[in-house]
Amino acid sequence: MSIVAVRNLHARLGGRAVLHGVSFAAEPGTLTAIAGPNGAGKSTLLRGLAGLLPGGRAEPKRVAWLPQDARCAWGLTIAQVAALGRIPHGDADEAAIDRALAACGIAHLRDARVDRVSGGQARRAMLARAFATDPAALLLDEPVADLDPAACFEIMDLLRRTAHAGRAVVVVLHALDLALRYADRMVVMQDGRIVADAPPEAALPAAAAAFGLRLGPDPAPLLLPG
Amino acid sequence: MTGRLWALAAGLAVLSLLVGGAGFGLIDPLILWQIRLPRTALALLVGGGLGLSGAVLQGALRNPLADPGLLGIGGCATLGAVIAFYWGLGAAFPPALPLAGMLGAGIGCAVLLGFAGRMASGPGLILGGVALSAIAAAFLALALTLAPNPFALSEITFWLMGGLADRSLTQLALAGPPIVLGCLILLRLGRGLDALSLGEDAAASLGAPVSRTLWLAALGSALAVGAGAAVAGGIGFVGLVVPHLLRPWLGQRPGALLAASIPAGAALLLAADLLARALPLLFGFAQEPRLGVLTALLGAPFLVMIARKAAP
Repeated sequence: MSIVAVRNLHARLGGRAVLHGVSFAAEPGTLTAIAGPNGAGKSTLLRGLAGLLPGGRAEPKRVAWLPQDARCAWGLTIAQVAALGRIPHGDADEAAIDRALAACGIAHLRDARVDRVSGGQARRAMLARAFATDPAALLLDEPVADLDPAACFEIMDLLRRTAHAGRAVVVVLHALDLALRYADRMVVMQDGRIVADAPPEAALPAAAAAFGLRLGPDPAPLLLPG
Repeated sequence: MTGRLWALAAGLAVLSLLVGGAGFGLIDPLILWQIRLPRTALALLVGGGLGLSGAVLQGALRNPLADPGLLGIGGCATLGAVIAFYWGLGAAFPPALPLAGMLGAGIGCAVLLGFAGRMASGPGLILGGVALSAIAAAFLALALTLAPNPFALSEITFWLMGGLADRSLTQLALAGPPIVLGCLILLRLGRGLDALSLGEDAAASLGAPVSRTLWLAALGSALAVGAGAAVAGGIGFVGLVVPHLLRPWLGQRPGALLAASIPAGAALLLAADLLARALPLLFGFAQEPRLGVLTALLGAPFLVMIARKAAP
């Protein structure tokens, strides 16, 4: 049994059904991208996996969830933000916090206030919070949404290495090129259902169809990792 | 930092025992025990309770403008005491006034939790608090319009302004235990408040007991603020100001502010009360200014400053 899985998950949001019986299991060692149009139910599925829907449960020590608009209400230092990730363990394991900060490339900013650094650095601080939990599964909603292309490549590479080190990593991703380049598995959602679940190349036509778009001829990437 | 604030509060408390209308120093044991001791101890307790619940509520609601008064708990306590006074209960049985105040705070707290529902959310609590304040204010105005005689009207009005002058050891004994109990409840919420700084969902995903933390924040504030308001009347802005004064030294983590906010609130209220007593001596006022008026005069500009800083 996978550490995070849902079976036949139904969910309503403000009276509207957003998930119609979705089944999904995250696999250890795999970076899974969830793609699909706005309102397809991607974030709700991730919340379901995190045990945040009514009746749901998850083990906080083993599952870290990062919402799309993750931010901190107060001007904590970046090290303090990462330390919040240790709450499930009830400790302040400095080594785990330092590892998380280093992995996210913000070790040099540990004493900077999270409300006084750039948006990208604040986003990395939130990611470090999830890493500091040292979870078996990472559930990340648009973790690279406000990062520049170089930072996107860097974070996606980090997530792939994290997954291949044996964790289950599930990422809601709008950037299909990133899904294609980094993910091992792509789940395409449309209108509250999973319409494709395959390696990214195989799932790409379904993703294009879900958006109501066509695939272009041999898409040459504009930018490549350095 | 917390130790130094306690030392400051203790120093101000000693000063408070030595200063008064009768003059400086240990003039008469009766004045010391019956007048200055209850006044000083109540300033410590009420100020400490206001400071701590301000720090907790700002953390719980993730709002730097949150204040115990915001939740309407103080207003309900005031209303309870005014009703007791109105029906002559206070004259017939003196402890009825603070007891009714605490009852009002307790009812206010229960109504608030009913508003916010089982899964108490931050915005829900704020809305409930605003509604509760409005209801309490309306009933207070009604009680004032229907006041049986001009004497009762002026008595209520003075009490509403808040103050610690002429409080008795009985009132100290009545208000002390609930304030201490409320503070003990609030002091344990640090970790939950830290988690809440990421939002309620993220805090829940970290395994933090979100709705329990919010419930206990409301309950602890009802005890600490309600009991204080019942004996001291309407004293505002201490809970708002204290966390802001502490953040430059202790950082912004909500849990880091809790322990220090008790002595900080106590020191602030003692200082304000000393000022209230010193003004007549210095300027020859016929009466000392009401403590609640002083804290409002000092606190309101502070509120404007915070709001300006928070604005983009």
